[in-house]
Amino acid sequence: MEAIFLTFILMLSIFLGFELINKVPASLHTPLMSGANAISGITLVGAVISAGEGNNTFTIVLGTLAVVFATVNVVGGYLVTDRMLAMFKKKEGGAK
Amino acid sequence: MNILFLINLSYVAAAILFIYGLKELGSPATARRGNMLSSAGMFIAVVVTLLDKQILDYKWILLGVVIGSIIGAFAARTVAMTGMPEMVALFNGSGGLSSLLVGFAAIFLESNSTFTLITIILSILIGGVTFTGSMVAYGKLSEKISGKPVLFTGQQILNILLVVGIVICGVMFELNPDNLNFIYGVIALSFLLGIMVVIPIGGADMPVVISLLNSYSGLAACAAGFAINNIILIVAGSLVGASGIILTNIMCKAMNRSLSNVLFSGFGSAKQIAGAVEGEVKPISAEDAFYILEAASNVLIVPGYGMAVAQAQHVVKELQELLEKNGAEVYYAVHPVAGRMPGHMNVLLAEADVSYDLLLEMEQANPRMESFDVAMVIGANDVVNPDARENEASPIYGMPIINVDHASTVFVLKRSMASGFAGIENPLFFKPNTRMLFGDAKESISTVIREFGS
Repeated sequence: MEAIFLTFILMLSIFLGFELINKVPASLHTPLMSGANAISGITLVGAVISAGEGNNTFTIVLGTLAVVFATVNVVGGYLVTDRMLAMFKKKEGGAK
Repeated sequence: MNILFLINLSYVAAAILFIYGLKELGSPATARRGNMLSSAGMFIAVVVTLLDKQILDYKWILLGVVIGSIIGAFAARTVAMTGMPEMVALFNGSGGLSSLLVGFAAIFLESNSTFTLITIILSILIGGVTFTGSMVAYGKLSEKISGKPVLFTGQQILNILLVVGIVICGVMFELNPDNLNFIYGVIALSFLLGIMVVIPIGGADMPVVISLLNSYSGLAACAAGFAINNIILIVAGSLVGASGIILTNIMCKAMNRSLSNVLFSGFGSAKQIAGAVEGEVKPISAEDAFYILEAASNVLIVPGYGMAVAQAQHVVKELQELLEKNGAEVYYAVHPVAGRMPGHMNVLLAEADVSYDLLLEMEQANPRMESFDVAMVIGANDVVNPDARENEASPIYGMPIINVDHASTVFVLKRSMASGFAGIENPLFFKPNTRMLFGDAKESISTVIREFGS
């Protein structure tokens, strides 16, 4: 039952994702990609669980490494997206 | 029980923030807030996970977070806007590797059902492919390895064998969950597969690959979510997966090619079927270019990867201001696959402070092309190649292009007559209304700007 439930959530999220992303204009594709990339760093949550639940050295090492890589993905992704988006400005009197 | 309820409730909140954040990314005016919302969602998801009382050892988590934050923040602060595609490739790879590790670690948690074991294998497989695939993409983008497609006979067969090998290792692992050698097998073969699927793809197709790997990194997170029964991983992962697939699709359409064609054909190596090119190349000096620009009242700038290489976006903006002061209207036309990742040119122009409402998409620019006195092509080549419209023998025939040749005069800023990334002749350079301005784009434009000053 658990498997069906999770698959159900998967299907709904995919459709929602398609609807949301289709509306993003081409000019914002790079920030969209790096922003989405940061979201994919959600494995950090999984990594935290693995690192915390680890009861032998090997799982702790795996979990900690997973935390490191996922954090690089999350922190780097969000910061770089923000840096890019800060540059997207509409200039006064630039165009009519 | 209570804390578990709280955690899941927070995951719902995080999911809402991700979804709303992505929605706000759809408009330049709200995009920045959208990104903040999404990062707030991430913060909530991570913090409540830490609250879970199952989690005992904070010091390892903290250590990992500190190291990761330092690396991530440093990279995000220092990367040049032109290096954005490489950066995204590296972050992608990092996310993929993390999913692989989560899947790997999940093997040691409690007893696992067959379903969980399958998702663990998937998480390792997709994570591994994303990791090495992204590393190869990074190498090609940063030109640390050749951008040329690597093709050899039996390549497809080898790939199929790799997949079969992964499936066998996976099945053997299901049967003997205690034998880790099969997992090592899956990891090694996934790494190899990741390399194999990216090396046959040429440099010009990198926007497609980056989008696809982005999608994989989401799917890897999704699979890791299944492996550890975590809903937020599944929701966020599939949102990213969907976004990557849509971008991949847009890129393929913009090149008039199917995904399988991009992935397997090694396009960049395709031999040119010689179409006779008529006319002659007419070089022009920066001084002459200045006189034409001074007289122009409508100017269209078409940037390409060459602008990024020459770091010319700031002088382009300067030229735009001078032209506007001179009474001309200046617009930019951006092809969907210009540059090395989707939307790459827009970011560079935004960096140079170009107002985003001056940027026209291809569909907006083409109908009014006749009204432009000058179209300046800066470091773009294949996306303005009229062969895509006229020459059925051309490998890019049918690809939508920006019809700069319909403008009264076309300036092409180029370093030399060498063909573009796709290695195809461009008859645009031989058209009667085309003038070639040879040299480094930045220097050429600077010379024109100096002429305005004098």
